[in-house]
Amino acid sequence: MSVPAAASLRTGATAGAPPETLSDARVPSSEMAKTASLADVGPAPAGRRRIGEVVLDVQRISLAFGGVKALTDISFDVREHEIRAIIGPNGAGKSSMLNCINGVYQPQQGSISLRGKTFRHMNPRQVAKMGVARTFQNLALFKGMSVLDNIMTGRNLKMRTNLLQQAIRWGATEREEAAQRRVVEEIIDFLEIQAYRKTPVGKMPYGLQKRVDLGRALAMEPQLLLLDEPMAGMNVEEKQDMSRFILDVNDEFGTTIVLIEHDMSVVMDISDRVVVLDYGKKIGDGTPDEVRANPDVISAYLGTTH
Amino acid sequence: MNTTFPRLLLDHAARRPNAPALREKDLGIWQTYSWSALSALVQSLACGLAEAGLMRGQHLVVVGENRPRLYASMLAAQAIGAIPIPLYQDAAANEFVVPIRNADVAFAIAEDQEQIDKLLEIRDRCPQLARIWFDDPRGLRNYRENGLASLDALVEAGRAHAAAHPDFFMAEVERARPDDVAAMFFTSGTTGNAKGVVHTHATLIDRAQAGARFDKLNERDEVLAYLPPAWIGQNIFSYAQWLACGYVVNCPESASTVTLDLKEIGPTYYFAPPRVFEGLLTSVMIRMEDASPPKRWLFDRCMALARRVGPARLDGKPLGLLDRVGWAAGNLLIYAPLRNSLGFSRVRVAYTAGEAIGPDLFTFYRSIGINLKQLYGSTETAVFVCLQPDHEVRADTVGVPIEGVEIKVSESGEILVRSPGLLKEYYKDPAATAEVLDADGWYHTGDAGFVDATGHLKIIDRAKDVGRIVGGNADGALFAPKYVENKLKFFPYIKEAVAFGDRRDKVCAFVNIDIEAVGNWAEKRNLPYGGYADLAQKPEVLELVRECVEKVNADLAADERLAGSQISRFLVLHKELDADDGELTRTRKVRRGFISERYRTLVDALYGGDTHRFVETEVTFEDGRKGRIAADLKILDAKTFVIARSAA
Repeated sequence: MSVPAAASLRTGATAGAPPETLSDARVPSSEMAKTASLADVGPAPAGRRRIGEVVLDVQRISLAFGGVKALTDISFDVREHEIRAIIGPNGAGKSSMLNCINGVYQPQQGSISLRGKTFRHMNPRQVAKMGVARTFQNLALFKGMSVLDNIMTGRNLKMRTNLLQQAIRWGATEREEAAQRRVVEEIIDFLEIQAYRKTPVGKMPYGLQKRVDLGRALAMEPQLLLLDEPMAGMNVEEKQDMSRFILDVNDEFGTTIVLIEHDMSVVMDISDRVVVLDYGKKIGDGTPDEVRANPDVISAYLGTTH
Repeated sequence: MNTTFPRLLLDHAARRPNAPALREKDLGIWQTYSWSALSALVQSLACGLAEAGLMRGQHLVVVGENRPRLYASMLAAQAIGAIPIPLYQDAAANEFVVPIRNADVAFAIAEDQEQIDKLLEIRDRCPQLARIWFDDPRGLRNYRENGLASLDALVEAGRAHAAAHPDFFMAEVERARPDDVAAMFFTSGTTGNAKGVVHTHATLIDRAQAGARFDKLNERDEVLAYLPPAWIGQNIFSYAQWLACGYVVNCPESASTVTLDLKEIGPTYYFAPPRVFEGLLTSVMIRMEDASPPKRWLFDRCMALARRVGPARLDGKPLGLLDRVGWAAGNLLIYAPLRNSLGFSRVRVAYTAGEAIGPDLFTFYRSIGINLKQLYGSTETAVFVCLQPDHEVRADTVGVPIEGVEIKVSESGEILVRSPGLLKEYYKDPAATAEVLDADGWYHTGDAGFVDATGHLKIIDRAKDVGRIVGGNADGALFAPKYVENKLKFFPYIKEAVAFGDRRDKVCAFVNIDIEAVGNWAEKRNLPYGGYADLAQKPEVLELVRECVEKVNADLAADERLAGSQISRFLVLHKELDADDGELTRTRKVRRGFISERYRTLVDALYGGDTHRFVETEVTFEDGRKGRIAADLKILDAKTFVIARSAA
């Protein structure tokens, strides 16, 4: 590639292509590299990241498994571009909450609306198509597959060619694969895991596996990213790295992030607003400072060390 | 020779415009910059810099890893007569202050957010820093700082400027004379503050060409640029010689992928300080320990043969038929695959320099068929002073003076050098210049050594470090700390060592364990540990280190001159010696004086006969914060050996 071309590609990636061509993979191949560029996702925030409209509105959700009430009458909202944390002691219902948003669980009562569209019964695939991606507490990666392939699976919904074309591969599929690979490579670059590109995920340290899990979620170019305990089981340095990546994702792509976390210090540092759950009930909601000052929260969580 | 770096670039671009000049791995694919594309980029950058106000004779700071556009920036600065100052990308922000203030630098080009943050952090102390450009925009989109812009913007501005003034660039390049200052390098400063070493186009190009002629380098060679560009070694190999010879310089994807990239590129000309070779060997040995017994047996057998015949083979000596067959078999089974896995399959010439290399380490690489040689030089001499010719390579010498170089040894044993590649001066420091550069043009290296009977130069240590043992059993014996430390460091378990003994009655040492190697060793023995400090004080680990120390002593005892340097007592440090704490230089040389001051209590304990000593140390983390770690360090005795009298 000649120098001017390389330079202009970089400019293209930072300045951003017109938003209407964002996720459309059926564009002429010359355009493909540019439109598939990860950096184009979402409108670039002018100046500091600005918090926008409500994108996710959770209204009076209740969820029970038989007689066990996992969630009782929970309401909160998430605004565009913000980092929203859900915290609470073990068994408070944090993961259940995430599973409700994600469509894995169907709450018995209440409604969830995503960008104004209200739904009660939706499966995970439909939710994913609406631009919601998630990571898992206990890593659901394909252990025997390489980092590259694992992240590529996150592009599943973006693939446009059909089975027959893929069987032949020559032509459209090949071009598509190259374009998708570019996005995946940009994620690998972003998460600084270039050295592990072809390493089977099962052979990598845990902290890096978590990063691959995040990478796969990012590959969906989500507008809303759900992170289920992204820092569980990590050492301090790995936690710092992960915090930086979460902030970078939010900053670079403007992705709205909902994260569940156990480690209070991390949450308070990186979140804009925090919801506190305890025994399936919401006991606090507000900025980290407000939550810290809330007596209910202190007695339920912050006051005790564990 | 009447040329400058920008003219060399234009020559290549005119003669073979489509030949590759630089490669960079970007998004997993090697992207090539041809000579013509590179010269177009340099022209745009040069015009952009000129429009921004960079004047002839002014300085431009360049800080970052090896990136094509940073190389192009250095060329661009030189094209308009400005002087690039490459700075160490892993230096803390504070370390940038001296160079920037000293040279009154108003312009800087940085690689990424990390470097930009550092430059912005010191801006209040360096108000003259007016314009800063960045190569990689990641994370910087929300920065609103005065004078901060992307390199893309600079290239754009340069294109517009070039369109308006089409003759400007060529006229500027023509104005440059070979005696103009080409670059300034801040020495890592083993002693005291960093000094700016000023080199002209002529000094750098002369040495680059002399080195290239010596090893018959040509435009088909391939180099991987992975060491700090601020270090003159990297600068000579991937900049001065790159432009002098026109070979291809490859920039790795990131610091963590260097070993993978090395394998993919397969350089033909390779340069590394001993610690890199050491690290590679350690990783091989660790992996071999995990191999199955038959493989280990085969490896050991082949390596034994390699040690016996490999070096002789590379030196061009005749081998017996049996050895030739054995070596060929070993090559098929072990050596060639090993070279391949190290990324050295195509290496024609490999150099090590920067510090002395352990003889065993050196022999290892030569024995598996890698033409590893030593050279001698420094920032002040534009690297090339002495090189080892092919077939005349020995572990304990650094080669013969190459063309243009005169060498003599002063009465005090210091090596003096005269060559066309000597520094012009230390920047704004005539006193320091006069100290090292005398009226007759001799440069005082500060190294102690001598030229042996075959004309090869042999270095013992820094002249000021070579000491004497006073009192005790070995009264009056020679003490060469570096020599002892290097012997210790050859053990894979020992990462760093600091030996004391000058004007004392015995030699004592601090040892730093290698966390990777010792951690692996501990895991195999089901030895639980909770981090570096804990592992370092495990009785089993101390015993392991004691074995290493005693082996070194046995070795030293065999050499009459150095037997007095045997280590009587030692301790294992609770933290890794670190450049951020000032204990190592940026090129990872031990700063012995600083360490003995900082750990004075430990040194006293070593000589005072204590069996343990509590110590608390301040450490600087990578982000610049400080913390303290404390530990109770055990102090151990090591067995020393009676001096072996020759022909006893």
